[in-house]
Amino acid sequence: MSARTRELFSLILVGVLVGTAFASVYIARQEVVSTESLSYALFFLGLYVCAHIVTRIAVPHADPYLLPMAGLLTGIGLTEIYRLNEDEAFRQGLWIVIGLAAFAGTLLALRRDYRVLESYKYLFGIGALVLLALPAMPVVGKTVNGARLWVELGPMRFQPGEFAKIALIVFLAGYLREKREVLAQARLKDLGPLLLIWGCAMAVLVLTNDLGGGLLYFGIFLAMLYVATAQVWFVVAGTAMFVGGAALVYTQVGRVAERVRMWLDPWSDADGGGYQTIQSIYAIANGHFGGTGFGQGTFTDADGNQLIPYVSTDFIYSALAQELGLVGISAFLLVYMLFAARGFRIAMLAQDGFSKLLAVGLTFCFTLQTFIIVGGIVRIIPLTGITLPFVSYGGSSIVANFVLLAGLLLVSNRANEQMGRA
Amino acid sequence: MNKQISRLAVAGLVLVTSLIVGTTYWQAWAAPSLAERQDNAIKVVAQFTIKRGLIYAGDGVTRLAVNRQRRVSGQTFYFRRYPKGELTAHAVGYSTRARSRTGLERSRNDYLTGANRNLSTIVDTTLDELRGKTIEGNDVITTIRWRAQQVALDALGGQCGAAVALEPSTGKVLVLASSPSFDPNLVERNFAAVQRGRGPCPVAPLLNRGTAGLFIPGSTFKVVTAAAALDSGRYTPDSTFVDPGYCIEYGQRVNNYDTTSPFGRVNFGQALQNSINSSFCEMGKEMGAEVILDYARRFGFYEDPPVDLPADERVPSGLYQGGRLLPQSQEGRADPGRLAFGQERMLVTPMQMAMVAATVANGGVVMEPYLTDRVRAPDGSIVQRMEPDELRRAIKEETASQLTSMMESVVSGGTGTAAQVAGVRVAGKTGTAETGQAGRNVAGFIAFAPVDRPQVAVAVYLQNQSGTGGSVAAPIAKQIMEALLRRPSNSER
Repeated sequence: MSARTRELFSLILVGVLVGTAFASVYIARQEVVSTESLSYALFFLGLYVCAHIVTRIAVPHADPYLLPMAGLLTGIGLTEIYRLNEDEAFRQGLWIVIGLAAFAGTLLALRRDYRVLESYKYLFGIGALVLLALPAMPVVGKTVNGARLWVELGPMRFQPGEFAKIALIVFLAGYLREKREVLAQARLKDLGPLLLIWGCAMAVLVLTNDLGGGLLYFGIFLAMLYVATAQVWFVVAGTAMFVGGAALVYTQVGRVAERVRMWLDPWSDADGGGYQTIQSIYAIANGHFGGTGFGQGTFTDADGNQLIPYVSTDFIYSALAQELGLVGISAFLLVYMLFAARGFRIAMLAQDGFSKLLAVGLTFCFTLQTFIIVGGIVRIIPLTGITLPFVSYGGSSIVANFVLLAGLLLVSNRANEQMGRA
Repeated sequence: MNKQISRLAVAGLVLVTSLIVGTTYWQAWAAPSLAERQDNAIKVVAQFTIKRGLIYAGDGVTRLAVNRQRRVSGQTFYFRRYPKGELTAHAVGYSTRARSRTGLERSRNDYLTGANRNLSTIVDTTLDELRGKTIEGNDVITTIRWRAQQVALDALGGQCGAAVALEPSTGKVLVLASSPSFDPNLVERNFAAVQRGRGPCPVAPLLNRGTAGLFIPGSTFKVVTAAAALDSGRYTPDSTFVDPGYCIEYGQRVNNYDTTSPFGRVNFGQALQNSINSSFCEMGKEMGAEVILDYARRFGFYEDPPVDLPADERVPSGLYQGGRLLPQSQEGRADPGRLAFGQERMLVTPMQMAMVAATVANGGVVMEPYLTDRVRAPDGSIVQRMEPDELRRAIKEETASQLTSMMESVVSGGTGTAAQVAGVRVAGKTGTAETGQAGRNVAGFIAFAPVDRPQVAVAVYLQNQSGTGGSVAAPIAKQIMEALLRRPSNSER
C-alpha cells in the first residue's frame, strides 16, 4: 500500500471518529441523532480528502500519518468548540478551510524545492521581528486579556506571533546551517548576530507582555542551537540566562509575579487571579477516568454563565479533559506525542542540514507549544495564554499550524524520495 | 546531527508524558478531594440537574416543596418552589443556588437527591448516570399537619415566638411554627427583603425559633422541678408548703409573681396550680441545682433536640452564661431557688419544652422527635419508614401520672384556664418570665391533651409580651390543640 493510500484510509478513519464525536454531542443536546451531524462529518471528511489530493500531487512520498493526525485534532477541537459555542464553531470551520488552503498553497508553491527559502533567511529573520513588533505598534496593535498580541486590520484580527514563530524557525534553520561549524567553536563575535536577534525578540515580547510566547521562542532557539552545534553548555547557559531573565522580570513586572503566585497557590485569590485556574482544575477533575461524555460536561452555572473564561481558546484542554476523561484525554495527548515522534523521525531522515534543522524546529515548536499551554493548565508550569495547536479556537493559530504541517510534509517528501532513489 | 535530534526527541516525548502524568494527578488522585470543596461550582450545578424529590405534608398529598423545570444553555435544571410559602419555611427550609440549603432540604438532601444508595438501587442510578439520564430523587413525606401549622402561624401573628406540637406516643412533630416566618420563594431573588423583617417582630425571620430560639422558661420549668422533686422521692403530692409571698435566698427576698396575697399553707398540687414561686424556691434549695439539672438532662436538656433538622438549626436548652452553656463544673454555683422556677439563666427551646410535656403525657418516656414520616421512591415504593425511637425514660410512670393530675388542675382551675378545650381534658403549665421592662415579658405555655389518652403535646413561647403565659400563650396552645384534635378531614389525614 502506498503512503498516500495509507493516508486516505487513515483520513476515512478520522472522519468516522469525528462523525461519532459530533453525533454524541448532538445526542446529548437534542436527544436525537440528526442527519445534520452526518452531513457535517462528511463535509469535514471531504475537506481533508481535497487536502489529500493536493498531497498526492505535491508531496507523494511524504509521511502519511501527519495529515490524518492533524485532521483528528482539528476535528475533535471543532466538535468541542461546537459543543461550547456554535457561532465560534462556524467561524473555526471557516478558519480550517482557510488553513487547509494555506496548507495546499504552501505545498504547491514549494513542491519543487523548498530549500530556496534558505536564501531568503535574513528576510525571514527580519519578517519575524516585524511580525512580532506589529502588535506593539500604535493604531494596528490591540491588547486583549492583558497581552498585546493582536493586530486589527478592518474587520480582520489576527495574532502575527503565530506566523512569526514559523518565520523564526526558517531563519534559524538557514542561519544555523551556515554558521554551525563556526558557532560550535563558540566565539563571541560569531554569536553576536544571534544574540542581537534574540535580544530584539525578547524586547518585543516584554513590550507585548506575552510570556508563553517568550518561553516558546526561547525554547525553539535553544533546541535548534543544540541540534546544530551539539554544545550542551549552550543549553545550560541559555537556560541559566532565561531563568535569570525570568527572575528579573518576576521582580519587575507585577503581572508576571501574579502569574507565578497563582501558579503556586491559586486558592489564595480564588475569586480574582486564581479563578480561571481553579475553575479549570475543577473542570478537569470532574472528568475522572471515563469523562462525562461529549456534550455532557458542565461549563456553565445554573444561570447559563460561563464558569471558565476563555474556555474555547486557552482552556479548551480543560473542557476536553472533562468530557473525555483520563482515558480519552491520554489518548488525545498520545496523538500529540505521535505527531512529535513522526516529526522528529522526518528530521532524522532528512539529508541536508537545512532540512533537518527546519523539521526539528517545526516539530519542537509544535511540541513545546502543547507543553506550555497544557502544562500551564495542569499546573506543571505557570499558566500563560497560548493556543493548543490545531484544537484551540483561533484563526491565526489554525492557519499557522497548517503551514507548519506543510513544511514538515515538504521535508518528509524530499527525504523519502531521496531514500527511495538511493 | 541525528544524535542531537534523537536526544531532543526524547526530551519532547518526556514533555508530553509529563502532561499525561499531570492530568492523571488531577483526574485520579486529586479529584475526590476537589469534588468535596465548597467552591466547586460544577458540583453546585450538578445538584440542580437532579430532579429533587418533593416534600409533602403529613397527609401525603399537600405539597410543601415542588420543582420548576428550566432549560439553560442546553441543560435542564430543576429549581425549587414552595407552594405554601411562609407556612413551613423553617421546617422544610429552602434549596437555592445562592444560599445553599436549610431545614429538611438540607438534612434530607441525600434522600431528596437520590444519593441514598444501597445495593439494589446503585445499579440503576449508575446506569442512569451513564445514559446521562436525569436523576430523580425520593419524595419526603413529613409528619406536619399543615392546617394546624397554619393555625399556629396565624395565632403567633408575626410576634417573636414559636409553637411546637408533638405526638407524645411517637415523637412525630405535628406543628413546628416559628414566627415571624419568611417566604422561601424569595430567598433566591431577594434575600435582602427576606432578611429585612417586618411587622411586630422585625428580628431574624430566618431563625427557627422552634428548635434554635432560646426563651426564658419561667414557671413552665416548674414541671421539670416538680418531676425531680416527686421522682427523687423527696416530695409527694401531699407535701405541704407555707407561702409567705416570697422566699429568702442568700439573705435576699425572692418575690412571687404577685406578692400582695400570699397563699399561706398549700400542698404540692396547689403550689403548681397557682405557680407559687416561694414553694418551688424552697424545693430547689432543699434539692440543690444538681438534682434539678440532672432531671433536666433526662428530658433532653444540654443536647441538641434530636429532631431531623441540620445541626446548626438546633440548640440545646440549659443554663447559659455569656451566650454559651454553663460548664457542668460550675453548675454547683447556680442558684437552686431561682432555677427551680425557671430563672437563673435557664434558657429553653420550645421544642425541648414540648418534649417535656410529651414525656409527661407518654408516661415518662422521652420519644425522639422527628419530622420525616417516610421516604418514597419515584416509582411509589416506600424507601424508608421512620420508626418511633425512645430516647430514654426520664421519670417513673407514677411520677408522670402525679404530674398529669397536677397539670390538669392548672388548666381546670389554675393559671392556665385559657387553654380549656370543650369536651377534652387538658393538662398544662403556664410561665411568665419578667425581664424587668414593661412589655418585655416572655409568655410561655406547655400542655398536652386529652389527659386520658394523650394525642398532642404542645409548647408555645412568645417574647416581648405585656401579658402572661396564661393570657397570651395558653389561648394559642388551645387553638393548636383544637386544630390537631379535630377529626382530620379527608384532605388532611
